[in-house]
Amino acid sequence: MTERAHLAVVGAGPAGLAGALAAADRGVRVTLVDAAEQAGGQFYRQPARALGARRPEALHHQWRTWRRLREGIERHIAAGRITHLTDHHVWAVQRASDSSFTVYALRGPAEEEGATVRADAVLLATGGYERVLPFPGWTLPGVVTAGGAQAMLKGALVLPGRRVVVAGTGPLLLPVATGLAAAGARVAALVESAAPVALLRGAPALAAEPGKLAEGAWYAGQLMRHRIRTLSRHSVVEAHGTDRLTAVTVAALRNDGRIRPGSARRISCDTLAVGHGMLPHTDLAETLGCTLSGPTGTAVRVDDEQRTDVPGVWAAGETTGIGGAALALAEGHIAGRSIAARLRGVAPDPRSWAASARARARLRRFFAALEAAYAPPAGWADRLTDDTVVCRCEEVTAGAVRTAARSLGAGDLRTVKLFTRAGMGWCQGRMCAPAVAGLTGCPLTAGRRPFARPVPLGVLAALPDD
Amino acid sequence: MVGAACALYAARAGLDVRVVDRGPVAGGTTGAGEGNLLVSDKEPGPELDLALLSARLWSRLGDELGTAVEYEPKGGLVVAAAPEGLTALHAFADGQRHAGVEAHPVDADQLPFLEPHLATGMAGGVHYPQDAQVMPALAAARLLRVSGARLHTGWTVTGLLRGPDGAAAGVRTDRGDLHAPAVVNAAGTWGGELAALAGVRLPVLPRRGFVLVTEPLPRMVRHKVYAADYMADVASDSAALRTSPVVEGTAAGPVLIGASRERVGFDRSLSLAAVRALAAGAIGLFPFLERVRALRTYAGFRPYLPDHLPAIGPDPRAPGLFHACGHEGAGIGLATGTGQLIAQTLTGKAPDLDLTPFRPERFDTDGGDTP
Ligand SMILES: Cc1cc2nc3c(=O)[nH]c(=O)nc-3n(C[C@H](O)[C@H](O)[C@H](O)COP(=O)(O)OP(=O)(O)OC[C@H]3O[C@@H](n4cnc5c(N)ncnc54)[C@H](O)[C@@H]3O)c2cc1C
Repeated sequence: MTERAHLAVVGAGPAGLAGALAAADRGVRVTLVDAAEQAGGQFYRQPARALGARRPEALHHQWRTWRRLREGIERHIAAGRITHLTDHHVWAVQRASDSSFTVYALRGPAEEEGATVRADAVLLATGGYERVLPFPGWTLPGVVTAGGAQAMLKGALVLPGRRVVVAGTGPLLLPVATGLAAAGARVAALVESAAPVALLRGAPALAAEPGKLAEGAWYAGQLMRHRIRTLSRHSVVEAHGTDRLTAVTVAALRNDGRIRPGSARRISCDTLAVGHGMLPHTDLAETLGCTLSGPTGTAVRVDDEQRTDVPGVWAAGETTGIGGAALALAEGHIAGRSIAARLRGVAPDPRSWAASARARARLRRFFAALEAAYAPPAGWADRLTDDTVVCRCEEVTAGAVRTAARSLGAGDLRTVKLFTRAGMGWCQGRMCAPAVAGLTGCPLTAGRRPFARPVPLGVLAALPDD
Repeated sequence: MVGAACALYAARAGLDVRVVDRGPVAGGTTGAGEGNLLVSDKEPGPELDLALLSARLWSRLGDELGTAVEYEPKGGLVVAAAPEGLTALHAFADGQRHAGVEAHPVDADQLPFLEPHLATGMAGGVHYPQDAQVMPALAAARLLRVSGARLHTGWTVTGLLRGPDGAAAGVRTDRGDLHAPAVVNAAGTWGGELAALAGVRLPVLPRRGFVLVTEPLPRMVRHKVYAADYMADVASDSAALRTSPVVEGTAAGPVLIGASRERVGFDRSLSLAAVRALAAGAIGLFPFLERVRALRTYAGFRPYLPDHLPAIGPDPRAPGLFHACGHEGAGIGLATGTGQLIAQTLTGKAPDLDLTPFRPERFDTDGGDTP
């Protein structure tokens, strides 16, 4: 199945939707491609239709913004200007010699059937994914990612457990903890390794964001209301249980990130939701040849118009750096306007998106400050026992990674992978790369993943000639 | 890989060895290749002799290092779909047997006993018990470790040091000079550039190859299995894409399918045409693969010389300089023999094989000692 489209937008989260809308409003024909069953992405994740949720907005912020966006998109879909391909998992985007693009996807929930979309321009809005750093016991059933817990709640309307500890670091922990509590779970503790929010407010870039402060205050109220104990500067040092999680040990962190001796205590729980921030999805961009940059060298580099350095390829949202839904909306909007102009062969007027550009600048500063505040505590890697599994796909332990670094001299992620298989499995290192980097002291570089998702050989063999 | 093997055999011959690489261990083509140690794909001649010598040495290293380098003497199975292909294959195998290769014809009805999941309707095949497997990156790292050689990774060679008599006296690097009476060029695909630093010509060129790696599976493929048209392709001079993949199961579970052969310079970008051909070829051999997922694909650049033979031995144009590069698609397999031959020439012993076909200066039309 091959279709003609002018703009292909990969990812139907805030950035992709805002980009699609801005472009379609200006007469561009858009094909929106997303793996999910419905639009929304991570942030505006919608309950599965079959569940017939009556008030999904109870689980969401900025419901009004979302409604406006969705109504705009639906209008264009009805008018035939936007085609929305749901359940399409994109595994590669290729640029042809005539500088047109082909988007390769796998169709259906089983991802077994190939599909292609042709386009003259591409907007990559593939978002980010969660970073989870390992600790002893993290592979026990009952340990879930913070984002995973939230997705279960928003998408399937189910609780991951009854008595939950939410732990790690980053702004995502607050909504996860309060969301779980509001839905009826007992949140035994919110364990955040960064300093208390009160201290963070001191940072000028953070104080300059009144909306965010109000949001923070709202969450603080929610924490109080649900009597959630917040342990700042604390970390989960071990998860306990034989065949499932029964408790965690948490300990206080000193200023240097090490454990304060004698501070360890046990909290019983059946679920631990952990997360250590987000990382941008860069696979499709990397394979297209886009330059990566950003604070960790793992985000797609864009200019003021959200253009990558590959002609015809734009990027917006968390694929260009972690910054939340509001930033994604601003970037998507700018990208959509730029695309509409450039596809007509004219240079866009940046004044037409001045408000979005201002929001973008502010939010980027804000999130850069947040990222610094929420860095994982120093010394976390030293706390990993040698028998802790680091790469779950290939069952590679911290000890094996240390040996590869020490006695075989592996000093970069690729060499560690070659020597230990860490990162060779199903997730292709998305999960374990940050941990391996931390363990070996090598830089976290973006991996090369020509296949952004596993592709059946039958689909590869049946690829169209061109 | 080749540098690691040279280091090992030179150290075992009593020499003090330093290994310099601008990247990490196995950061070049070695980390991007498969670890097929094949005799089956080589026609009688100098390369086959080197492969047989290498196979013996690999088998000894296998006893010594075993699972640490994932050495597996699993054997190869070459199949032919059509009767004409089978006739050609049998003739080819006859020649190889005379050169010392073990090659056993396998009738069509016997194929399922060797490979239960092979496509039906094949005309027949030949079983090569000497074909084996290693994990290249681990092999390079382990050989270096066992050699005891000092390793300077992250050092780039920028020039050749010369003594008063003009002979090589070490290398200049971006991190300082290293003095040595003998320098071995094991820079693989970049061997030509290194030779140029010494003022001599060695026309090593890159030949791109893609490998497909599937999700982990229970053991479904027992040997190294490939179609008979592979051999025509290795010696082929055509620049067009011709793929006849080797399919094999690995100890870790994934099936490896590789590799394509293209001359496109150092272009790493994904070629869906190459990947499509690999997938189609593999499914042709093992239909069950159709529903199996490829987790990843990667490209490497095989170092090749115009006559498809490596350069091994001393360079008469630059005394003190030795070459061990240009092994094309067989540098893992041929590394041990190459290392042994280099160690022998470094210590003034008679080499196990005649080095004439591998002379590094053979591409100078005037045959002289001008660069
Ligand atoms: C897809 C693919 C599949 C393959 N499959 C097989 C197979 O199954 N079996 C097999 O036997 N072979 C296979 N090969 C071929 C094999 O990988 C190569 O022949 C072999 O790796 C070459 O080894 P090498 O040591 O000569 O080169 P390399 O591994 O490339 O090592 C050369 C080293 O030199 C270093 N270097 C270069 N210039 C400098 C400098 N100026 N200063 C310092 N260091 C420098 C580089 O960093 C590099 O690490 C395959 C190749 C490819 C691409």
